[in-house]
Amino acid sequence: MEALGLLMHGFAVLLTWKTLTLMMVGLVLGIFVGVLPGLGGPNGVAILLPLTFTMDPTSAIVMLSCIYWGALFGGAITSILFNIPGEAWSVATTFDGYPMAQQGRAAEALTAAFTSSFIGSLAAVLLITFLAPMISSFALKFGPPEFFSVYLLTFCSFVGLGREAKHKTVISMSLGLLLAGIGMDTVSGQLRMTFGSNNLLRGVNFLVAVIGLFGISEILLTMEERLALRGHAAGISLKVVLKVWRDLPKYWVTLLRSSFIGCWLGITPGGAIAASFMGYNLAKRFSKDPESFGKGRIEGVFAPETAAHASGTAALLPMLALGIPGSGTAAILLGGLMVWGLNPGPLLFVEHKDFVWGLIASMYLGNVVGLVLVLTTVPIFASILRVPFAAVAPMIVVSCAIGAYAIQNAMFDIWLMLGFGVVGYVFKKIGIPLAPFTLALVLGNRAEDAFRLSMIGAGGDMKVFWSNGLVGSITTLAIVLLFWPVIDSVFGSVSRLMRPAKAAR
Amino acid sequence: MPNPKQGCPDLLELAAVTPHNGTQQAWLDTAGPNQDIGMKHVRNTIKATAALAAMLASAPAVAAWEPTKPVEIVVAAGAGGASDQMARMMQAAIQKNNLMKQPMVVSLKGGASGAEALMYMKSSDGDANKVLIAYSLIYMLPLSAKIPFNWRELTPVSVVAMDQFVLWDNAAGPKTVKDFIAAAKAAAAPFKMGGTGSKREDHVLTVFMEQKTGAKFSYLPYKSGGEAATQLVGNHTEANVNNPSENLEVWRAGQVRALCVFDKERISYKTKVTATQSWNDIPTCKEEGLDVQYLMLRAMFLPGKVTAEQVAFYVDLFQKVTQTTEYKEYMEKQALKPVFLTGKDMMKFLEEDDKLNASLMNQAGFVAK
Repeated sequence: MEALGLLMHGFAVLLTWKTLTLMMVGLVLGIFVGVLPGLGGPNGVAILLPLTFTMDPTSAIVMLSCIYWGALFGGAITSILFNIPGEAWSVATTFDGYPMAQQGRAAEALTAAFTSSFIGSLAAVLLITFLAPMISSFALKFGPPEFFSVYLLTFCSFVGLGREAKHKTVISMSLGLLLAGIGMDTVSGQLRMTFGSNNLLRGVNFLVAVIGLFGISEILLTMEERLALRGHAAGISLKVVLKVWRDLPKYWVTLLRSSFIGCWLGITPGGAIAASFMGYNLAKRFSKDPESFGKGRIEGVFAPETAAHASGTAALLPMLALGIPGSGTAAILLGGLMVWGLNPGPLLFVEHKDFVWGLIASMYLGNVVGLVLVLTTVPIFASILRVPFAAVAPMIVVSCAIGAYAIQNAMFDIWLMLGFGVVGYVFKKIGIPLAPFTLALVLGNRAEDAFRLSMIGAGGDMKVFWSNGLVGSITTLAIVLLFWPVIDSVFGSVSRLMRPAKAAR
Repeated sequence: MPNPKQGCPDLLELAAVTPHNGTQQAWLDTAGPNQDIGMKHVRNTIKATAALAAMLASAPAVAAWEPTKPVEIVVAAGAGGASDQMARMMQAAIQKNNLMKQPMVVSLKGGASGAEALMYMKSSDGDANKVLIAYSLIYMLPLSAKIPFNWRELTPVSVVAMDQFVLWDNAAGPKTVKDFIAAAKAAAAPFKMGGTGSKREDHVLTVFMEQKTGAKFSYLPYKSGGEAATQLVGNHTEANVNNPSENLEVWRAGQVRALCVFDKERISYKTKVTATQSWNDIPTCKEEGLDVQYLMLRAMFLPGKVTAEQVAFYVDLFQKVTQTTEYKEYMEKQALKPVFLTGKDMMKFLEEDDKLNASLMNQAGFVAK
């Protein structure tokens, strides 16, 4: 096993006190930035990048990637405790994580989130370790039609498998697509819907919308209902942790499925966000009791977190092997690599073995150390819930505002965030789901570009979406998922017809 | 090459953040003590000595004005693109050689294909703590997208390099420009040409290739040069006109072929980059019978209404940057043409370059009515 030998070499590079100290520092900083909504991994890495210029590349990337792992772990904390996703892919975690926290099971939800993050990342790291060369050639198969079919699959699975009324999902998604169109259109090079305003030039930032839609609207709702954030004593962590871990094997199918989805979407630069939503929807679809999802079911935390982290980790592979960042943080790391004179590309794995395998080894170590670190601090985080709402709410609003501002250093974004807060409040009142809206906002642009590029390339022929096995099967699967409720009921009635027939015989 | 948004735009918006000033300081402070203290001390002493030596050597040239807070280097493109790489090279060169007391932070403003950065600079009149790293988008974007911007409203500091364009095809594709054009003409469906953005340098070059050869291409505007490079490797396009830096790695890996360079003369670097070729081995397009030339500036601008002392400080700073080894290595690695223009020479160059770009855009039919 050549990979194992190289990996051992990587561990040898890492196991020095200096590197291990940097690792801990990175993780703690990462958890800290992950907890602040909006600050998140990409910003943490961006802020700390200049610090690493004087380090050697291996130490630097280890520290930066540990900030990344820390932020991944930290992002789950605010989603579960306050219904404010710290990272885009934590949105799906709020669906069941927040209800669990409200029922006083915050520690359980946090443990579940951290553990599944760990499992997801581990699955992806294993994949990177053993399949790196094969995967980069798989990613090269993706042209515009393939990309579009993946986005289509994500959208369709949402409509077909979602719990909410179909028309409401479609309304929400369309509004998101509309807003995603604001700003520069890459394909025509023209500005759209900016109405001469400089603030609209950059378009609507996805994270600003998420902070407003989820965070601010939640505060509004809580204020209206005069509720405290109903958190109770989170209990002694070790017991809860062991209880959750004992139950883990029951959910092996969910964990495996989500890891698979995550790895797949991570290496096809579809992104962690799509992965977390798909992981959640599929877990619900195949559950024996889909109705209990969204009401505080632990599986609803396992599924999206595992998928998000598997894809977040797998996203580093296309970055290293192809120079295409699969996520925002990967993009910043890419900038860093170039400063250290390491050009990501097919030759990186050959010419800089020390660096690449040091990084991969740091993924293993960083995850283990990170898991221990966050689990020991669960009681501290869960105790935030015991602080009175009146004291916590202003702090949350301020932290949301800072997060929204920091994304682009724009005052306008704070107003936008507040606007989205009101929109989120109204949507929740009239029962329009927020998730399709955010999904459309984040993927809308890319889906549109991919579709139009496919059309330019194929001269307007729709057959391009069935032009080879890969794109054809994804597109077909997308359409099947879109009409799944219809197909499901047809199959249901057919089998009902069959059964009496059998009985009669 | 402009990489307005690399890879995934929305995520990159999140990435496109470098909070500055207070935040930055705070982070530096928290993280500082955690580094290896001993090493840091030694390094600082060395740095201080070097700085002192530099100060003594260049004492008469030191400008009266100096930045009083961290300097923001504004990038009109996404993370990982050529502008971003250049900005980070400068950041590292300035920091390592102690060329400035205040730290330098990279601020990514790649929204709306870089228009965001232009409008940001335009609205920062008199603020000498912001420097834009500009490329030909300053001429083209106002024409194609009707952005209310004119580079004359900013203060030119210096041109720091010129970037090349190269015609690339897949390693399995035609081997010479002649074969390539012949294959493009003979193909049933037009050849697919990948590039960055619409109605920009890559698109203009494609139109000119069509006009000169009579071959037809369908131009696919990707979000970044990196994406255009991998799409070429994956055979989703037949060719692209990427800058050397954007295709460097896939070229070294033997996945693409450099057909010709769009300049009057060959690139000067003669060190082998791939197993068999150096940059200098790529013929010019004119040699190959395709008479199209285009070079792109890389220049630094301050906002409008800054004082002469402030401009003098930055002219001096970037001149020093161009003398560092970091800059020289970067130029060679990315196959950039080292150029340093400032003052009247720069103004003359900009006016001529502006005219040239405007006429190209007009001929290509990309000027918005």
